[in-house]
Amino acid sequence: MPNGAKPVLQVRGLKTVFRTRTGEVHAVNNVSFHLQRGELLGVVGESGSGKSVTMMSLLRLLPAPPAEIRAGEVLLNGRDLLQMGADELRDVRGGKVGFVFQDPMTSLNPVFTVGMQITEALRKHMGLSKAAAETRAVELLQLVGIPDARKRLKAFPHQFSGGMRQRVMIAIALACDPDVLIADEPTTALDVTIQAQILELVKELRAKLGMAIIWITHDLGVIAGIADRVMVMYGGQVVEQAPVRELFANPQHPYTRALLKTIPKISGEREARLKVIEGQPPMLSAAPSACPFRERCEYRHDRCNAENPLRRAVDGREVGQGHDVACHWQAPAPAARETAHA
Amino acid sequence: MLTYVLRRLFIAIPTLLLISVVIFFLVDLAPGSPASEIPLTVPPEVRAKILESLGVNAPFHVRYLLWLKQFFWVEPMYAIDYLFGTDYAQGAQRIISYSSRSPVFNIIIERLPQTLTVIGTAYAVAILIALPIGIYSAYRQYSWVDQLGTFVSMVGYSVPTFFTGVVLIVIFAVKLQWFPSIYDTTLRITDWGSLWKQIHQMILPVAVLGLYNAAEISRYTRSSMLENLSQDYVRTARAKGMSERVVVLKHVARNSMIPVVTIIALGLPGVFGGAIVTEQVFKINGIGAALIGAIHANDLPMVQTITFITAILIVTFNLIADILYGVLDPRIRYD
Repeated sequence: MPNGAKPVLQVRGLKTVFRTRTGEVHAVNNVSFHLQRGELLGVVGESGSGKSVTMMSLLRLLPAPPAEIRAGEVLLNGRDLLQMGADELRDVRGGKVGFVFQDPMTSLNPVFTVGMQITEALRKHMGLSKAAAETRAVELLQLVGIPDARKRLKAFPHQFSGGMRQRVMIAIALACDPDVLIADEPTTALDVTIQAQILELVKELRAKLGMAIIWITHDLGVIAGIADRVMVMYGGQVVEQAPVRELFANPQHPYTRALLKTIPKISGEREARLKVIEGQPPMLSAAPSACPFRERCEYRHDRCNAENPLRRAVDGREVGQGHDVACHWQAPAPAARETAHA
Repeated sequence: MLTYVLRRLFIAIPTLLLISVVIFFLVDLAPGSPASEIPLTVPPEVRAKILESLGVNAPFHVRYLLWLKQFFWVEPMYAIDYLFGTDYAQGAQRIISYSSRSPVFNIIIERLPQTLTVIGTAYAVAILIALPIGIYSAYRQYSWVDQLGTFVSMVGYSVPTFFTGVVLIVIFAVKLQWFPSIYDTTLRITDWGSLWKQIHQMILPVAVLGLYNAAEISRYTRSSMLENLSQDYVRTARAKGMSERVVVLKHVARNSMIPVVTIIALGLPGVFGGAIVTEQVFKINGIGAALIGAIHANDLPMVQTITFITAILIVTFNLIADILYGVLDPRIRYD
């Protein structure tokens, strides 16, 4: 992974708030991260941790109101997406940044052909003629492994299986050669076999096309298989960030450690019950003044209630560059602990 | 698709036959006699002769079968003869109105243009107003346009047309004297002046009926749009960089129109049947007025025929709505 080079995407201090009848919900709090060219960043966290909202905020895809991006900057190739005009932003969406959503069953428009839904983006962003766009759409469908591509252009989404629809979604996201592909739990709605196929496909496409990918998931197994670097989110914040091997070998945050323990082991003696993290994720109704994980944390102490921990480097490198964690507690040295099963 | 349509048409035959029996039977049960329309000065034996000649005294099933034959066999022949100048009918007995003694279909053909111009225009205007309002109020939910649209729709839909009609007449025809209160059916459009007069006298009835229909259609459009606006594919379209115009008017509207088109198609028989109340209020000499007149006069053939034509139209437009559904929604295929 090329370090030190100028990142394709740089997010600083992103803050997204939902205004609801009962008050504000602070869904994303001061999130910062970067993405290098050709890198695959895994984003993990349980439901409601702010993963999707963060990524949707980047492209301002959240409905406003109720969503409001309060602060931060999102630099794509040095230009701030949050300051852009609507027209410019639309050129970025689907042009420079492709988005794949969670549920392929509902993410495609049921009344338009798959061909139309791919060529629509091509014609807008690349200014292709109808015929040229169709030729490119056929290439894209072949690229994502859909057989008989030319004929399938005229098919409607309901004529595809779930896995095939997700391939179509990926084809749409890749249509205009984006610099960044954001995949928001793209395999969650699919069964394991299809999930494996899609993962293989993304690995292959990444090798072939070399774009940077942000992969959102709550499945650590998936992350271990494809990511270069991992960002763990909890309560709308980044709680830990590290290269993938380092994270699995030396998790620092109590939440990350607990997450890794919840992965059921296939080999060895079967445990009586699946491990869970006790408690519920926090309600993000106030701007956090304390550690969001404190209620569920086994290492909690007084400082956790008084002060929301900032990200600090673990390995001596700058925050964001190496391994960092947002926690007041110091994990013991790595050798002393059992390492998680990746 | 073709087999589906043919099958539906085939199923429609017993349905319509059953409807015709019910209509004929119910209308026949109604109290009163066509004799009541004959002046009392007519001597009893002449009166009996007249009734005899109308076939009133024949048993129920004879009258029903005769009417059925006339409706499905004789009248189409006359229609063909009229259109192509042939002579297939050869003077066969047509369905005759008790009160006017002229063929029922001639009266219907006479009355149809009035109904189509006024009620048809009202329906077209309603659609043209309702669709943009419905789409916009859904897109800007809870905006002042939406609030206003909701209020007007509630009023338009819940206040009956005989009331809005009279209110508009009192305000605009009686107090302000902007428009005539009575529709002049004899007006012929020959020049710009008479065209203006025609438009002028159509405004009030079109407004009354248009408000009523627009209220219904805009509510359906709004709720259908709202349902679709929150769908995942809308987010996909935005993530592709599509403009709001494309997202709303192409992606969302195309999906939302599926149920709306059905509602519009199912409402069309009402246009042909004539909005009875509105025609009464504004004295429009259309089909609806003909039906009311026939009911008052115990003119059974007229009532039966108009009611049955309405039934045919409802069955037909149900079929059309189903076919449109299949055309608009690729997930539905009738094979």
